[in-house]
Amino acid sequence: MRERATPLFLERRSYRQRRLMDAARLLPLLGVLLWLIPLLWPQRDPAGEVAAVSTSSAILYIFGVWVLLALIALFVSLMLDSKAETADDGNV
Amino acid sequence: MATLNILIAVCLAYVALLFAVAFMAERAALKGRGNWLRSPWIYTLSLSIYCTAWTFYGAVGYAARSGLEFVTIYLGPTLVMVGWWWALRKMVRIGRTQRITSVADLISSRYGKSGLLAVCVTLLALVGITPYISLQLQSVTLSFSSFAVSDPVGASLIADQDTALWVAVGLALFTILFGTRNLDANERHHGVVMAIAVEAVVKLFALIAVGVFVVWGLAGGISPMLERIDASDIGQWQMDGGRWVGLTFLSAAAFLTLPRMFQVLVVENEDERHLRTAAWAFPTYLMLMSLFVVPIAVIGLELLPAGSNPDQFVLTVPLSQGQEGLAMLAFLGGFSSATSMVIVAAIALSTMVSNHIVMPIFLRLTQGGVNGPSDVRHVVILARRLSIGVVLALGYLYYKISGGGSALAAIGLVSFAGLAQLLPAMMGGIFWRGATRNGAFAGLVTGFAIWAWCLLLPGFGGGVLPASVMADGPWGIGWLRPHALFGIEGMDPLLHAGMWSLLLNAVVFVIVSLLSFPSPLERLQGAQFVNIFDHSDNPQSWSGGIAQSEDLMIMAQRILGPEMVQGFFQAEAARQGLAGYLPEPTPDFLARLERELSGAVGGATAHAMVAQIMGAATVSVEDLLAVADETAQMMEYSSQLEAKSNELTRTARQLRAANDKLTQLSVQKDAFLSQISHELRTPMTSIRAFSEILRDAEGLEPKDLTRYATIIHAEAIRLTRLLDDLLDLSVLENGQVNLNIRDGLLSDVISHAIAASGSDMHTMRVRRTGPAAEVMLTTDHDRLAQVFINLIANAQKYCDADRPELTIDVSRRGGRVIGTRRIALLPSKPRGIHPIPCGPTLMGLGCCEE
Repeated sequence: MRERATPLFLERRSYRQRRLMDAARLLPLLGVLLWLIPLLWPQRDPAGEVAAVSTSSAILYIFGVWVLLALIALFVSLMLDSKAETADDGNV
Repeated sequence: MATLNILIAVCLAYVALLFAVAFMAERAALKGRGNWLRSPWIYTLSLSIYCTAWTFYGAVGYAARSGLEFVTIYLGPTLVMVGWWWALRKMVRIGRTQRITSVADLISSRYGKSGLLAVCVTLLALVGITPYISLQLQSVTLSFSSFAVSDPVGASLIADQDTALWVAVGLALFTILFGTRNLDANERHHGVVMAIAVEAVVKLFALIAVGVFVVWGLAGGISPMLERIDASDIGQWQMDGGRWVGLTFLSAAAFLTLPRMFQVLVVENEDERHLRTAAWAFPTYLMLMSLFVVPIAVIGLELLPAGSNPDQFVLTVPLSQGQEGLAMLAFLGGFSSATSMVIVAAIALSTMVSNHIVMPIFLRLTQGGVNGPSDVRHVVILARRLSIGVVLALGYLYYKISGGGSALAAIGLVSFAGLAQLLPAMMGGIFWRGATRNGAFAGLVTGFAIWAWCLLLPGFGGGVLPASVMADGPWGIGWLRPHALFGIEGMDPLLHAGMWSLLLNAVVFVIVSLLSFPSPLERLQGAQFVNIFDHSDNPQSWSGGIAQSEDLMIMAQRILGPEMVQGFFQAEAARQGLAGYLPEPTPDFLARLERELSGAVGGATAHAMVAQIMGAATVSVEDLLAVADETAQMMEYSSQLEAKSNELTRTARQLRAANDKLTQLSVQKDAFLSQISHELRTPMTSIRAFSEILRDAEGLEPKDLTRYATIIHAEAIRLTRLLDDLLDLSVLENGQVNLNIRDGLLSDVISHAIAASGSDMHTMRVRRTGPAAEVMLTTDHDRLAQVFINLIANAQKYCDADRPELTIDVSRRGGRVIGTRRIALLPSKPRGIHPIPCGPTLMGLGCCEE
């Protein structure tokens, strides 16, 4: 708040809630970005001059991103859930 | 033979199990004991119909051919699911509040309940999905024959039997049994969903079991597996960037637009909160489904002879290792994938076909001559059952005509691209109010045409377009070549068709929407769909409310100070049963807050401030219309009431006035009649008496003669005047007599009265006393004389004394006597007649002095 004299009260949790909603909105964009990165990897080259990324590391990366996205989605939905359904841990 | 027999037995047992599960779920839901049916896990598992037999078997084949590209089919849905906050939440909310029954219903509802659009979407879905259904039939047939290969007797048996036909018939039976039990979109297909959830578990378990067997049983652990992967043909990263992005996008779009996905995502959704669970659980499911695909493909490539069908690796790898039980499990997984997809797709398609094609035609044919709702219900259910049969028959026919084979395998992505054509109309519809029906229609037709021209027809049954068209374009128009639109050659056909169809679809959709003008219903629906979260009052839509409460709090703190406001808000929140500082902005709370604020800044300002913050809360047009209707009704009613009450008041007033007037008139009438009868009678009496004297008396003195004649004359004149008065309307109107006011002596009046009453003759002696007899009076002498005449006459008449004597004592009391103002029927005794023993009715006419 601009005015320092009056200590304006903003509830932290609802602020957090809205940031969580922002996170929920941004999550697919994060997924798109992370899954676009493999396109930058060196490809299999018939001439064999550049060492291509091995499929095993590609699998690890892609599935790692997958797990990461699922975990973030789990976190976000749990946090949003707890607000919407049980609002009784009121230590603001 | 034994293997195949066991397989068929297991298969039948599994189908029986599914029937039992579906039946029990329906029963439980019917008895209201189905809470576990409504769990988010069931919802998440039901989404797994995305993973069809094509993905179950095909993903491994795909991986064996082109490495990790298969994963794009799962990446798209994953992105959509983790981005549930954007589109799915809105779609589910719209589906629930608008009671959407299918994807065609969604699009047609959004664009003003357009029947044309619904038919268009339904046809597109039919064309897109039918090959997909035949693909499932093919996969079941193929998996049967994979088993049969190891069993020469069985092979001939399978060749004789038409597996696909039996599967189609069985699926039709199941779908009709459990998919058309009820009509209401709000009543879910619990049995079907439950069976699908079981199948989802089975197929995941089967694939993981095969994967675990491959990784730990055949490859010897994770690290050796990874090494073997890198050493294989697909061991190095190789990816066409366009296909990577394009297929991911296409699968994401199809995830939203596929009728069967819409069915489980939106229509079968029990609770919006299930999305929260599915948002992370379904991506996890997809991840697990694809986790072992590459290992299975790599091991399959290693172990099996070159040229064996990689699409069957899931089955043939365990079979080749003698793991028949595992292969059986894998077979059940594939069977589950195929059946669940077909069942839901058939339900979704049959809903669309019956609602948007059969029913409109039926209603038009019967011209609305339907006998009641039960009749329609019967027809709808029948139409739906027939549609299910027709859909499956179409799938089977397509399978037969196309002859199976590899041509079908490509149809999965073709189907995705076709259904993705719904995406612009769908997303535009729920995010852009400017989207119109014409735009959606034009976009759909454009996209559909391009998709059919570039992808469906060239691929249909090995290509129905002649080679010359493919090479040179229709009629030699080069830039219309199906695989090289606008002369851009060398693109992947799928990517080429998908890109052009979706791009032009979206462009046409936007341009036509911008140029056309929506109908009122469209505008209404558009507002409802786009602003669904402002309109629908779901208990979970707390975000706006809390934000507003916070704004209110900040504003209130500036005015009232932080401590007081925090205390107030906390108390209000506690009153609403909420923890923390932020209550819901209920009308109650707002009213109290406004009262608090108005103590500091005044009522009007407080109201304006609260309204300023709460003003952002919008209501739907429908709500507004309802409110307006209600208000109009109430206003009409109250104005009617008011008019009635006004009328009543007016009537009552008029009645009261009339009553008053009547009472007055009655009083006046009585007074008048008494007065008139008295006043007319006395002159008449005296005239009669004196004229009788004149006639009968002998030898009257001339002096007496003259006197009597004068009296008669005077009385006659008085009578005339009285009659004049009587005739005068003003007597009645004003309720009072016109006074003929003159100056004169009281003694004259009394003398006249005595003479007129004839009392000076012999009957009664009239004594006159008092010095004031000579007083000068300004009054109506006739009236005054009448008073005395009445007095004397009545005294004569009713006095029964031997020697009657009347004393008229005139005394002056100081007050000024001014005529009479009112004449009333008061039986009062005039002054000066006390001695006379008369009844109270003696004086018919009294003079009330003021």
